[in-house]
Amino acid sequence: MADRIRITNVSKSFRTVEAVRNASLTVQTGQVVLIIGPSGSGKSTLLRCVNRLETATSGEIWIDDQLVTDPKGNIRQIREEVGMVFQNFNLFPHLTALQNIALSPRKVKGIPRAQAEERARVLLTRVGLAEKEDSYPDQLSGGQQQRVAIARALAMDPKVMLFDEPTSALDPEMIKEVLDVMLSLAAEGMTMLVVSHEMGFARAAADLVVFMDQGEIIETGTPEQLFDSPKEERTRRFLKHIL
Amino acid sequence: MAQVDQAGKPGPTTTHITISDGALIPDKGEGSFFSAWRISFFGALGLVVLLPVLSPDPYLNILRFLPDGILRTFQVTLISIFFSLIIGLITGLGRISRNVFINRLATVYVEVIRGIPLLVQLFYIYFALGRFLSLDRMVAAILAMSVCYGAYMGEIFRAGIQSIPKGQMEAALALGMSRRQALQLVILPQTMKIILPPIGNEFIALLKDSSLVSIVAVSDLLRRGREYAATTFQYFEAYTMVALIYLVFTLFFSKLVALMEERLDHSGR
Repeated sequence: MADRIRITNVSKSFRTVEAVRNASLTVQTGQVVLIIGPSGSGKSTLLRCVNRLETATSGEIWIDDQLVTDPKGNIRQIREEVGMVFQNFNLFPHLTALQNIALSPRKVKGIPRAQAEERARVLLTRVGLAEKEDSYPDQLSGGQQQRVAIARALAMDPKVMLFDEPTSALDPEMIKEVLDVMLSLAAEGMTMLVVSHEMGFARAAADLVVFMDQGEIIETGTPEQLFDSPKEERTRRFLKHIL
Repeated sequence: MAQVDQAGKPGPTTTHITISDGALIPDKGEGSFFSAWRISFFGALGLVVLLPVLSPDPYLNILRFLPDGILRTFQVTLISIFFSLIIGLITGLGRISRNVFINRLATVYVEVIRGIPLLVQLFYIYFALGRFLSLDRMVAAILAMSVCYGAYMGEIFRAGIQSIPKGQMEAALALGMSRRQALQLVILPQTMKIILPPIGNEFIALLKDSSLVSIVAVSDLLRRGREYAATTFQYFEAYTMVALIYLVFTLFFSKLVALMEERLDHSGR
């Protein structure tokens, strides 16, 4: 398997705070990698560096043969191929579910409206919301909004999907419907980098789990290794808190 | 480390921005039959109707003399609001621009214009600049009003754009849109809804401030009243009617803005 995402020695500072320190991580094509860690450990920041919503202060990030961290590089082209799902969904409130999904394919890729909406319907069906195409985000539950957001990201045919705490803002009864969609994505071979504490999802789908603390990657392993027999003291302490 | 792991609540939030320089916006909570708005509006309207009926000379004569001025007042107001919106949009975008030069330029414009009284700006454009370019008085009046209100509109646009959650821009960028596309397709459509009420307020303020153009001899409502008074020496009667007519219009439009605000509050979009 080829390397899809290659993060090497990435650091990111906000003024005086070093949010990410010298992080290196490789995600192979089709792999699902989960990043866990306490709040403020830099996991979201690292994720956001991958599509350059945050610009890494140093280090390199590659997606296939494209250098994300190249300041002269065409970041828009890279972002087209990197879908992102946010904690707070960030659906566009003035557009219906269907329009939310079809907007970017139309405007960025120039796909004709009818075709883009056709595809959007297929994606809505796939996330189980076929009947909600004319609903506005504020008419949808949190779980439904997040599923629309996943469909919106998929509409660009990304080869990588980034998830930034996709279930943290959801009521408990809605978490499963979102995780189910993510599980089916993983089963289809999507390359996924996920910031989340969902242990069930990790055990079911993750190839690797990465533990971050204070900006550093402390430990990396399979879900079994990391959850059942963590090597590092800090990992153990953290897992005790969340399990 | 505010950027990391932002905790936030899901779901829609209606954002309000309040930028007011004291236009009369009726308070929704004031539901009583004798609300201040009703007393003022129907009082003024009643007087505008009753005075000419009860005392046709001079009030009916005055009322007949004023419509030209009312038209001119609205002409100045509407054209100025149109241009100030265009200037405001450009200024607002300039104020949030990451280009230092454009940003500074827009900010300096806002600072300078807001620091000079409108009356002085009007004098400046018509009389001072009149030395170099002889502007038609209507053109000068509209130019002064547009440039002045453009600065205020710019601040409304800026505040409106900045009130849209940061995640909206991020989501648009993450989907491969350019900043320009994100602004055009995602940010500005949401901004429009938020800034409609403050723009309504500016419209009312501009309607009132348009009376200033009478000093460069644009024959607006105030000027017509003055012309009538100058020939008949009925200053009290003429200016009473002028004041009442302004009041009727501003109260009417302020109610309209309040209703619009209420409707926008109720529809989530």
